[in-house]
Amino acid sequence: MLQQNPYRGKLIVVEGIDGSGKSTQIDLLYKWLQTRGISVYFSEWNSSELVKSTTRLAKKEHMFTPTSFSLLQATDFADRWENHILPMLKAGVVVLADRYAFTAFARDVARGVDPTWVRNLYSFAPLPDKVIYFRVPLDVAVERITSARARIKYYEAGMDLGLSDDRITSFRLFQQRIIDEYDGMVSEYGMTLVDGTQSVEKQQKRVRELVKQVLKGFEGLPHPRFRVRLGKSKAVKQAKSEAAALDKNAEMGDG
Amino acid sequence: MKKVQFYGAGFPYDSIKDLPGKLIVLEGTDGVGRSTQIQLLRSWLEDEGYAVSDTGLRRSPMTQPGLDKAKTGHTLSRLTTSLFYATDFADRLENQIIPALKAGFYVLSDRYFYSIIARDVVRGVNPAWARKVYGFALRPDAVFYLKTDVEHLVTRMVHGRGFNYWEAGMDIRCADNLYDSFCVYQSQLIQQFDQMAEEYGFTTIDACRPIKTIFEDLRGQIKALSKEE
Repeated sequence: MLQQNPYRGKLIVVEGIDGSGKSTQIDLLYKWLQTRGISVYFSEWNSSELVKSTTRLAKKEHMFTPTSFSLLQATDFADRWENHILPMLKAGVVVLADRYAFTAFARDVARGVDPTWVRNLYSFAPLPDKVIYFRVPLDVAVERITSARARIKYYEAGMDLGLSDDRITSFRLFQQRIIDEYDGMVSEYGMTLVDGTQSVEKQQKRVRELVKQVLKGFEGLPHPRFRVRLGKSKAVKQAKSEAAALDKNAEMGDG
Repeated sequence: MKKVQFYGAGFPYDSIKDLPGKLIVLEGTDGVGRSTQIQLLRSWLEDEGYAVSDTGLRRSPMTQPGLDKAKTGHTLSRLTTSLFYATDFADRLENQIIPALKAGFYVLSDRYFYSIIARDVVRGVNPAWARKVYGFALRPDAVFYLKTDVEHLVTRMVHGRGFNYWEAGMDIRCADNLYDSFCVYQSQLIQQFDQMAEEYGFTTIDACRPIKTIFEDLRGQIKALSKEE
């Protein structure tokens, strides 16, 4: 369905249910890459400014059906894809995405839409260079979510599906369906599993190893304000010399 | 009663048994006179004692404010626009069209998803992808394609609402001025409609004729449709 990433940049995605700890991990990864002088861009699910007011209205008024929910989320993603992710990938940036099309494949199918249909919706987006799936048992995720938030939101709990009148029960049933979908996608898309119950540091170590493999020999877009803090890898040196060359060209252009 | 049919998977979570109403679609490019005909058909059907509901693009209460805002700002890219319109369409189909058909209404739809596909494809969207997006769409009981040519459209624009940015396809700058862009853009749309007429089996109606003649033609076709049962 999704094609290999044909662009100069690299696309790294984290996936997992709410409370799996993926956002913490990608945030650490983002900062780590930045300090290494790599041009990196962060993009998160459901963040299109354009679609925001519509999503808010529909959520507030409980207007969504599984199909319209799926389509609006795809609209949100398309806006981010066309205006942010694609230009960044073309420019040679490392794009880190907190959730990607797989979130839609998991959630929308858990809501009852056709799996092939939703896969077609996102077929304009390439397969990431790495998908890291943070897997946690349902109980752990529920515990993390319920202790961190006052109340689970209507759609987050899958209340629209009428699985249960109780929000926590509905949330559990809905998240379990999502876990099942994710588990099925591990082999379908070659996702790399990380055990989300391990300590944050241990997971981060693993994440960095995985990303290092992806970036081996990668010559992306040099960082304009480049400073090395964590040792000089070959790619970093390369990037630095390219940056210097660009600066020189720019100076000559000014003259 | 006719079996409920979708172009693809439909709504797997919602088994729709029977829809006693009739879904009648009027398709065709901008300014071809669709809304005029819908008004006439509505009065006629109501006069005959049928309950009528009408709908058209961008009328979903969920997406309308967002789409209107985006349109004013010209900020939408093509895939985003395409999917935003698909959201509007899905919302109206599930929340307006299908409930009305369940209640036995005649639903007159001013455009259907075919128009969205035509506009998307002219803007470079993959035609196969766009068609698959609408796998949830219900097959209408009839699709009347009001067919015309650019020359005829131009006279209607000149003596009607004038040329506008969107109808001239100025977002993709088919030419450097409104008139030329309008002609290029509309002829590309007509080409898409012609292709879909064959693919989806539209009933083609010659829309270069006077309003009354077109209406009588449509009325005759719809009468025949009701008699089929």
